[in-house]
Amino acid sequence: MSAYQLLVLIMHNKPDANMNSSVMAPGKSRNFNSSPERTKPLLEVKNLKVYYPVHGGLLRRIRGYVRAVDDVSFNVPPGSTVGLVGESGSGKTTIGRCLVRLIRPTAGSIRYLGNETGSLSKKNFFPYRKKIQMIFQDPFNSLNPRMSVEQILGEPLSIHFPQMNIEHRRDRAAELLSQVGLKPDHLRRYPHQFSGGQRQRIGIARALAVEPEFIICDEPVSALDVSVQATIINLLQDLQEELGLTYLFIAHDLAIVEHISNYVLVMNRGKIVEQASAEDIYRSPKHTYTKKLLEAVPRL
Amino acid sequence: MIRHLFKEIARRPLGVVCLTILGILYLCTIFSQFLAPYLPTDQDLNNAYHPPTRILMVEWRPHVQVYEQVDPSAARYEPVEGATVPVSFFSSGAQYRLWGIIPADIRLFQVEEPHRIYLLGSDGTGRDVFSRLLYGAQVSLSIGFIGICITMTLGFIVGGVAGYFGGRVDFAAMRLVEFIIAVPSLYLLIALRGALAEYFEPEQMYLVIVIILSLIGWAGAARIIRGMALSLRQRPFVLAAEVMGQSSFRILFKHFLPNLASYLLVAATLSIPAYILAEAALSFLGLGIQEPGTSWGLMLQQAQELKVFTLNLWWLLLPGAAIFITVITFNVLGDVLRDIVDPRQQMVKR
Ligand SMILES: Nc1ncnc2c1ncn2[C@@H]1O[C@H](COP(=O)(O)OP(=O)(O)OP(=O)(O)O)[C@@H](O)[C@H]1O
Ligand SMILES: [Mg+2]
Repeated sequence: MSAYQLLVLIMHNKPDANMNSSVMAPGKSRNFNSSPERTKPLLEVKNLKVYYPVHGGLLRRIRGYVRAVDDVSFNVPPGSTVGLVGESGSGKTTIGRCLVRLIRPTAGSIRYLGNETGSLSKKNFFPYRKKIQMIFQDPFNSLNPRMSVEQILGEPLSIHFPQMNIEHRRDRAAELLSQVGLKPDHLRRYPHQFSGGQRQRIGIARALAVEPEFIICDEPVSALDVSVQATIINLLQDLQEELGLTYLFIAHDLAIVEHISNYVLVMNRGKIVEQASAEDIYRSPKHTYTKKLLEAVPRL
Repeated sequence: MIRHLFKEIARRPLGVVCLTILGILYLCTIFSQFLAPYLPTDQDLNNAYHPPTRILMVEWRPHVQVYEQVDPSAARYEPVEGATVPVSFFSSGAQYRLWGIIPADIRLFQVEEPHRIYLLGSDGTGRDVFSRLLYGAQVSLSIGFIGICITMTLGFIVGGVAGYFGGRVDFAAMRLVEFIIAVPSLYLLIALRGALAEYFEPEQMYLVIVIILSLIGWAGAARIIRGMALSLRQRPFVLAAEVMGQSSFRILFKHFLPNLASYLLVAATLSIPAYILAEAALSFLGLGIQEPGTSWGLMLQQAQELKVFTLNLWWLLLPGAAIFITVITFNVLGDVLRDIVDPRQQMVKR
């Protein structure tokens, strides 16, 4: 499943690689070709650092730190898709998890609509759990194998819409399923009865259940077959247009990121080495690391 | 999941055999008051060390052979030619309370006093070994069950919490676990028994043993569950639950528990024998169940006399056979369950 094959597949949406922005795929509000700083950002990350202590020796004393994320700043404008690329281990997942408080940042600030969220306590962060959601890379592990689809989709509903009764929740779950291209009678099935692509759709439906504004997609397609990758990406784009979502789209494949994003952050060893609009990155990469990444993508 | 397990067991002959044996054992235990012809304390000093009575068919109805004691010092009994008593089925006898609640007096089979039916012989005071085995099973078979329920609950809570929260909670929990595991369990058993004994009546010894065994047993379970919880903790579906704002308590019970359930079941099945054996050991040492209660271990202890061997009173060793069968069956069933639950080990074996 090379990047080349994928490019061929998504070319249906993209007749010319070095295009002008008017012929872009639907769902991409590519009205701005400049930096996203112009609109008020939905999310502002400033000087974010995540250091993991490295223990060593007999007494397991702290020997040093892994700088998984080292002084990273970026903005995410509302309604846009910001791509985050970088090779394995560059700290992409760590950033994504900081934003949803799975990891506490070592330093730095995260502002959501101007409000600081990075230092909130677990309880005070709770309201943001309804606004920020996450889609995971591995569709085989991101669904509890012991829960039916109805239970999987019902869980976020019962947390954030406690007034819903069971029938209400079931209706809403069925609605979510059809929104991601599955059938309502899939509700009673269990995750192992679905293909990888279908599971990823369930993962997307679960993220949508709380009616979020912002979704972090952590390599949502890299575990999938190339042909399936394109359909999931198109689904994400359609949903974005329909629901006005904002994405932080993490991938290590520049071809996908370039296709879906308005704006691209290139990460290497915990630092953002280049950030620019998707076109600029593709047309005139500045940083040598970006050039290296681009070389992996066949130009057409 | 349970239905699936049963289906899988039904496909394995060994599993079916084990389930059947255990099913019969537990059914007998539940209805022991109805099945046993005598109370476990019913003595008959004229019939000490009576061998198992012969059952004859007279006019198509089962009768019990009548015996005569020929040598009281050697506990020798000779059948009296032609003298038999009929066995009566479902007739009423001495009152008992079924499960301690329902008053009843019907028993499966009896013979008329003063004759006695000893299916499996009698002990030194003429008590019926068969009846005592049934009543003893109530203790010996339930202790493993109740003990394992407490152990697994404790193990899951401690291990799950340690694995889920990690950090200091984990550290504290694991040091405690290591401490308990490091102390040899027989010493701990005897020490705890000594410490607890003064707070309980002898009749409550059952309770004491359950508490002691569970206090010792949870540590091993907690350590393994903690390891599994640590890896579950990083599974994306648990992260997803956290991202959607699920409470830690619900994550433990909705996400951890169902995914650990099959492990818990296998571990429980495999460790029930340890409880049965521990109860037997305690009772055998005179530290467990006390008269007038019965348990298999206590019965074995009472069969320690040299007479049992010199006079070949083999029926007094039957509690040992009962323990053996139960322990083996649980172990084999545990293995079958593990094969079902963890197919990886199965592949290695084949
Ligand atoms: N819990 C942890 N303790 C120590 N180091 C960690 C921990 N989690 C991640 N790291 C390190 O932080 C760095 C960044 O990891 P991260 O998972 O964010 O990379 P990534 O860009 O998402 O990679 P991939 O493309 O493979 O998913 C890696 O070097 C990793 O080894
Ligand atoms: Mg990652």
